[in-house]
Amino acid sequence: MSDTQSGKFGEYGGQYVPEALMPAIEELTDAYERYVLNNEDGFVDEFRERLRDFGGRPLPLQYADQLSARYDTDVYLKREDLLHGGAHKLNNALGQVLLAKYMGKERIIAETGAGQHGTATAMAAAHLDMPCEIYMGETDINRQRPNVFRMRINGAEVNPVTVGRGTLKEAISETMRDWATTVENTHYVIGSIVGPHPFPVMVRDFHSVISEEAREQVQEQTGRLPDSVIACAGGGSNTMGAFHNFVGDDDVDLFAVEAGGSSLSVDETEGVAPNSASLSTGDEGVLHGARTKLLQDSDGQIMESHSVSAGLDYAGVGPELAHLVDEGRVTPVNVDDDTALEAFHRLSQDEGIIPALETAHAFGYLEEDHEDVGDVTIVNVSGRGDKDLETVIEETAQRDLETAVDMSVFDGMHGGM
Amino acid sequence: MFERDEPAFVPYLAAGDPDYDASKAYVEALARGGADVIELGLPFSEPIAEGPTIQGAIVRALEGGMTPDRYFQFVEELDVDVPLVCMTYYNLIYQYGQSEASASNASGETASERGPGPFVRRAAEAGLTGFVVPDLPAEEADPLRAACDEFGLDLVFIVAPTTEEERLARLMDLTSGYVYVQARLGVTGARDDVSDQTAGSLGRLDDWDVPKAVGFGIKTGDHAERIVAAGADGVIVGSALVDIVAEGHENGDAVEAVADRLAAKARELKAGALDGWERRREDHAVATDEG
Ligand SMILES: Cc1ncc(COP(=O)(O)O)c(C=O)c1O
Repeated sequence: MSDTQSGKFGEYGGQYVPEALMPAIEELTDAYERYVLNNEDGFVDEFRERLRDFGGRPLPLQYADQLSARYDTDVYLKREDLLHGGAHKLNNALGQVLLAKYMGKERIIAETGAGQHGTATAMAAAHLDMPCEIYMGETDINRQRPNVFRMRINGAEVNPVTVGRGTLKEAISETMRDWATTVENTHYVIGSIVGPHPFPVMVRDFHSVISEEAREQVQEQTGRLPDSVIACAGGGSNTMGAFHNFVGDDDVDLFAVEAGGSSLSVDETEGVAPNSASLSTGDEGVLHGARTKLLQDSDGQIMESHSVSAGLDYAGVGPELAHLVDEGRVTPVNVDDDTALEAFHRLSQDEGIIPALETAHAFGYLEEDHEDVGDVTIVNVSGRGDKDLETVIEETAQRDLETAVDMSVFDGMHGGM
Repeated sequence: MFERDEPAFVPYLAAGDPDYDASKAYVEALARGGADVIELGLPFSEPIAEGPTIQGAIVRALEGGMTPDRYFQFVEELDVDVPLVCMTYYNLIYQYGQSEASASNASGETASERGPGPFVRRAAEAGLTGFVVPDLPAEEADPLRAACDEFGLDLVFIVAPTTEEERLARLMDLTSGYVYVQARLGVTGARDDVSDQTAGSLGRLDDWDVPKAVGFGIKTGDHAERIVAAGADGVIVGSALVDIVAEGHENGDAVEAVADRLAAKARELKAGALDGWERRREDHAVATDEG
C-alpha cells in the first residue's frame, strides 16, 4: 500500500484522534481519494483553475543575481511569496476549502501560527462563500497583527487561545476541541503536513504544485535538475511541497531548515525548548493525531518551542518529513534567530525581496553552508515578510546585526507595537 | 470491573490537582462517598479531548510536579479499595521507559523496542486495573490491547454519538472492563441538561456484554438518575467534581473542607444513580405486567 492510502510513513503517521472524530476522518479520507486522487466531479480541474485565476499560479522560478554572485552558485528562487495572500499557504487552504465544499460541509475552522495559514484560509473561505473561524495563540496574535487584521477583514472570526505559551501547538489543540463538537457540519483546514491521516498526504499533494512547477522551470532554464533544494520547515508544508517532485531524483539534495531559535539545548525542568528543531533534536512520539518527531521531555510531555518566526514555532513536524530524514533522503539543518534575522536584511537589500522570517531561515542556511548546495540550488521563498516588519524592527533593535540598515529611523515607533 | 447488581458511580479526578497531598485526600473522599470505580487522570500537556475545566486541572497538576513516576507512586499510596483506571493520552504511555530502553539497547534497535509495554507493566505493578486513552482509536490500539492482555489490565474504549455501525463491531471486540458511552459530541465539561442522545446511544449497545457507563456533561444526582433510568450501568462524572477542587483551590479552602464537599457530591451522584436503577426496575415491572 502506498503512503497515500495507508497514511503511514514507516513508523510515522497514523490516526491518533478521539473516537468522535474518527467518522469525520474516514469521510475525509474517502473524499480525498475520490476528489483529489481520482478527480471525481472535476475537483482537480477546478482546483487548478482557481489556483491560476484566484491564486496567480504558475509562479516564477527566478534567478537571483546577487546571491548567486555572493555564494558562487546559481541560486534560483521559487517565488511562493507571490502567491495570493503572500505565502505558499493558499495552495493548501484553497484545496481544502474547495474540498469541504464538495463534501457538503457548511463551516470552516482552522488554526494559525504566523497567521499566514489563517489568512489564506479566510481568503479561500470568503472566495468560496463559507463561514470561517480561526484559532490563534495570544502570543502569535501580538506578534502577527497585520494578519489578524487581514483575517478579520476577510470576514473570519479570530478566536484567541490563552493556554500554555499561546502559540501554534495550543491553537491546534483548541481547533481539535472545536472540531470534536461540530464535526458533523464543519471541516478543519489543518495548516501543515501534520495531524492524522489523510491530512499529511493531502496537504502535501496540494502543495506539490510548487515542485511540479520548479522541476519543469529549472530544466527549461538550465537544462538540468538542481543539485539541491532548500526550504524552511515548521510543520513542513512548504518543505514537502518544494521537495515532493524531487524525492525520486537521488542526485538532488534536499535540505529542511528548522528554527534553531536561541539555542539547541533544552530546559527539561521548565519544559521549554528555546528552538523548534524537532527534526534535528526531537524524539519519536504522538501529538495532534500522528506519530512523528517531537520536542518532548523524557516523560513524553510536549515542550514549548521557540522561534523568532511564529510559523516555525511548533514542537512537532510532519510525519513524512520525519520519515525522509530517518531514511537519509532529507537532510535536517537549522539556523538560529540571529542568522535568520541577518538573512532577512540581506535578502531585502540584495535582492529586493522582503522574505517572511520563516523563509529567512532557508536563506540563513545558504549563508552558513553554501559549500554543500552544489552548482545549482533552488530556495523556496515560502512567503513575504510584510507580516513580520514589527517583529523585525523590535528584534533587530535588540541585536547588533551586520546586515541591518540604520534602524534608528524606527526609534520610538515600536514602543506601541 | 463493575458489580452487576447495582449502578456504578465512576468519578474522574486528575491526579495531583492542585497538589499531590490534597489530591490524595480528594480521591479518597470520592471512595468514601461511594465511588465504584475511579478514573484517575495522568496529566498530559496536550489534552485535546478535554474542555476548559479538566484542562485547568491538568495544568495545575503539571505545575504541581505530577509525572508518570509520581503518578504510579500516588496510586500505590492511595488508601482506597475500588478499581482505579488510568485515564491519559497515548504519548505518555508510548514514551514511558524509553530512555532506559534506549540506554540498555545501544545496538540501534531501539525503534522496534518502543511501545506501551513498560508503562502497562508498571501500571499493573502499581495496582491499576485498566486504561482509558481518548486519543487512541481502534485503528492504533493493537499494541496497547496486546500489552493489556499480557499484564491482565482492561482497556476501555469510548463510543461517540458519531460512531457508525461498522466501527461499533470493532470497538466491541477491543473493549474490556466497560464501554465509555460519550453522551454528547464535543469535549468534557459539566452541562445543565442531560443529552437526549443518551438513550439512543445506549440502545445501539444493547447486546454488548460489557457494562455501559455514560459520561460527558453529567453534573447532578438528577442527571445520574435520568442516565441510569435510560439504561446505563454506570455514570462517569469528571468536570462537576473538578469544579469543586478548582473552587476550593481558588478560595484557599482547607483540604478537609473540599474533601467533604467532594464526598457529599459523590453521595448525591451515587444516590441519583441508585434512584435511576429503581426507576428502571419499576418501568420494567410495569412493562412486564402490561406485556
Ligand atoms: C511564510 C511561511 N513559511 C513557512 C511556514 C512554515 O510552515 P510549513 O513548514 O508548514 O511550510 C509558515 C507558517 O506559517 C509561513 O507563514
